[in-house]
Amino acid sequence: MQTKKCQVLVIGAGPGGYVAAIRAGQLGLSTIIVEGEKAGGTCLIRGCIPSKALIHAAHQFHKLSKHASNDGHMGISIPGPAELNMSNLVSWKEGIVTRLNKGVEHLLKNAGAELVIGWAEFQDAKTVKVGEGKDAIIIQAEHVVLANGSVPIELPFMPYDENVISSREALSLEELPKHVAIVGGGYIGLELGITFRMLGSEVTVVEAMDSVLPIFDKELRRPLEISIKKQKIKTHLGVFAKGVEKAKDGRTQLNFIDKNEKDESKMQNVIVDKVLVTVGRKPNSASLAPTGVALDERGFVKVNDRCETNMRGVYAIGDVCDSGEMLAHVASFQGEMVAEIIAGHKRAYDPVAVPAIVFTEPEIVSVGLSPEEAKAAGHPVIIGKFPLGANGRALTQEAEKSAGFIRVCAREDDHRILGIQGVGTHISELVGEWTLALEMGALLEDIAGTIHAHPTMTEMTHEAVLATLGHAIHSA
Amino acid sequence: MGTFAFKMPDIGEGVVEGEVVEWMVAVGDIVKEDDPILSVMTDKATVEIPSPVDGKVTRVVGEAGDTLPVGVVCIEFEVEGDGNAASSSDAPTPAPEPKAESKPAPEPKAESKPAPVPEPKAEAVTAAPAVQRAAGTKALSSPAVRQRARQANIDLNLVAGSGPAGRISHADLDAHIAGGASGASRARPMGSSARTELNGTEEIKVIGLRRKIAEGMVASYTTIPHFSYFEEVDVTVLEELRQHLNATRPEGAPKLTYLPFIMMALVKALGEQPECNAVYDDESNVVTRHQAINLGIATQTDRGLFVPVVQHVEAMDIWQSAEEMTRVTSATRDGKATAEDLSGSTFTITSLGRLGGLGATPIINKPEVGILGVHNAKDRAVVIDGNIVIRRMMNLSSSWDHRVVDGHNGATLVQLVKSYLEHPATIFM
Repeated sequence: MQTKKCQVLVIGAGPGGYVAAIRAGQLGLSTIIVEGEKAGGTCLIRGCIPSKALIHAAHQFHKLSKHASNDGHMGISIPGPAELNMSNLVSWKEGIVTRLNKGVEHLLKNAGAELVIGWAEFQDAKTVKVGEGKDAIIIQAEHVVLANGSVPIELPFMPYDENVISSREALSLEELPKHVAIVGGGYIGLELGITFRMLGSEVTVVEAMDSVLPIFDKELRRPLEISIKKQKIKTHLGVFAKGVEKAKDGRTQLNFIDKNEKDESKMQNVIVDKVLVTVGRKPNSASLAPTGVALDERGFVKVNDRCETNMRGVYAIGDVCDSGEMLAHVASFQGEMVAEIIAGHKRAYDPVAVPAIVFTEPEIVSVGLSPEEAKAAGHPVIIGKFPLGANGRALTQEAEKSAGFIRVCAREDDHRILGIQGVGTHISELVGEWTLALEMGALLEDIAGTIHAHPTMTEMTHEAVLATLGHAIHSA
Repeated sequence: MGTFAFKMPDIGEGVVEGEVVEWMVAVGDIVKEDDPILSVMTDKATVEIPSPVDGKVTRVVGEAGDTLPVGVVCIEFEVEGDGNAASSSDAPTPAPEPKAESKPAPEPKAESKPAPVPEPKAEAVTAAPAVQRAAGTKALSSPAVRQRARQANIDLNLVAGSGPAGRISHADLDAHIAGGASGASRARPMGSSARTELNGTEEIKVIGLRRKIAEGMVASYTTIPHFSYFEEVDVTVLEELRQHLNATRPEGAPKLTYLPFIMMALVKALGEQPECNAVYDDESNVVTRHQAINLGIATQTDRGLFVPVVQHVEAMDIWQSAEEMTRVTSATRDGKATAEDLSGSTFTITSLGRLGGLGATPIINKPEVGILGVHNAKDRAVVIDGNIVIRRMMNLSSSWDHRVVDGHNGATLVQLVKSYLEHPATIFM
């Protein structure tokens, strides 16, 4: 049995772990990163990237079907309906994933971090065993970075099987299901639901809350709710999924009931080909018991603002820790930070704002405080909005059809920007400027005084800020 | 109409000057004979001087804190009849030349006045004035500035931001760092608009008792090489005894604090170390050891620090010492202490009471040669026989006149006191 020693051992090569390992390598620390599957983690392999690939393909397919309709579209028409080969689509997606996976491996190697494939079994907080028998490797580290990530939550009364699937399987289906039921109308469920719908599936969403995407405010949700209706996605709100059974035709019957209904005879059901359960993700911390790190009641590793756990020299970042949102960019930021902390730099996790994007159609983006959150925090608030329909560039790429808008929220007294949200097609790319504005402590006047390139959708940010100041140019 | 000039009277044996504590009259006031006009303090006492005549005040000499020699004209009145002097406007009476130390500068009376705003160095770096940040909001700054501040251990909430809405720039951080250790306090308070910058100052003349205290402290500290020594005392057993005595005390007896026990322990310890119970006349180089143990008890009053004395503690039992200590300290606080109550100490105890503290370097009550500082007792973890146990512990501080008390003797005295207090039965043997 081989024993390796290193200064930094990173567990998990997702967007948190691989960034931590690359940065640690750059800083001259001897670094080993252990990954159970493929470098890239949930984000690259079975989350963000594959879902965006499918979403893009779905948009493409959806557009082609418009051009294939009787009179075509934009003066472009194609003969016959577009055809979907699901298996080829998944291969195309796998091509992208593989490219990125190889890219990460290459980056790790260049930075001098050693990638070890296999499941890490903790012996104590600073020692892991990878592999079995005489091929097993023992790795002893001075510092350990836990980047174990998260896994989809499974509903105990409807465990995952061939037809009850998580997001992971949904991204690799070889055949397009005719009808998909989505349990959980959060961002993962809606992104995938809309994708399946655009590819031609019938989609039914079952959500316990009284709206889809309840984390966003009503105004922001509205265009998406209208779009979902237009796309003929069925939504059952305020209902509890109760389980699945085999329908007479061999398909899967999902049972659900109004959440206030006690009478089981009022059970409703929908018969589908696949039930996609997207009720959230949970930290992948079950294997951490031997390390002695403290977990909170939900299983997240407890950390401080330096991502330090209760064990000296053991850090936790990303989805597995209780700091920050369960988002890839949070994990990456924390990974870079922890590597620098280990190298002796003074760092802390103190972002002003963490951007969040939902890649539905239309997209929803938020950074900083919503007007309601800002008011609740005691800020005197002014708000300005600007519709996509008044932006030239949005019209030329048909982005205005979703009735989207940008909304800016600032303090009334000193005009510091507190938050910016938006909903609409193609709007996600605007979030960079918004986040930078918040991090730099920008006032409304800073954005108002910045020339925004024409013709781009970024002009809407400028206009929404002018609207907040009470003098938008292109809005009545 | 004439002018009556009144000279600073001789107010006691051997007194050659008095310090003005307060003028009760001002120019233009009409006074009657025997109305109090002036309060002066001498080495011995504060005296009110009555008006010698009926008349109108035309001139007063000196103000609070000035020293007036006996025999100089201190006030002039316009009186019926001829008076006793030519008007000062005709032939000015030479005003007493106040001693340099008593009147350092022709400053106005103590009052609040806006001081000129000090020019912070920051101004040179950041031309723009700092803008008040909105109340209850976090410091506004870019990630790079935040990172730099973290690296330099600077709390950005304490840094003045010159940008819009109080945004902190690199230049602001430079200015803050250039301000040095005092930079944080120099920076404008940024937390809340309810907090405004205050620039007023108040001048308080060091006069009367305050000046006497100041002079006494300087005399002690500049002539006596102080040697300070600290020790901790386990008073767990003493505390039990004290509680017991208080629970069973005779009717009318005062409740015992730690001080009477310390006084009784000092009686025994000073008896064994007589060089510690002494006064040192450093001009004639004579140390006078006393058999009497007269313990000064440093006492804080509204007027300042006094040291009333419990005389002949060696002749008292613990109840008597407690009672007498209470009497002299209360009398002092109420301003009713006699001259005798306030003089004749051979050794002084200073107890910070509730202010407790861990240690202090008490200043010797010159011409005594030692002083004992008593700190409050509290439960602490103590190692006894390899185990950590909770004991009630009290710290003692002491200072000694190293010219005449060797470190060995001072330390021995404290060790004796410790031994008595830790085995309280021995105090009474």
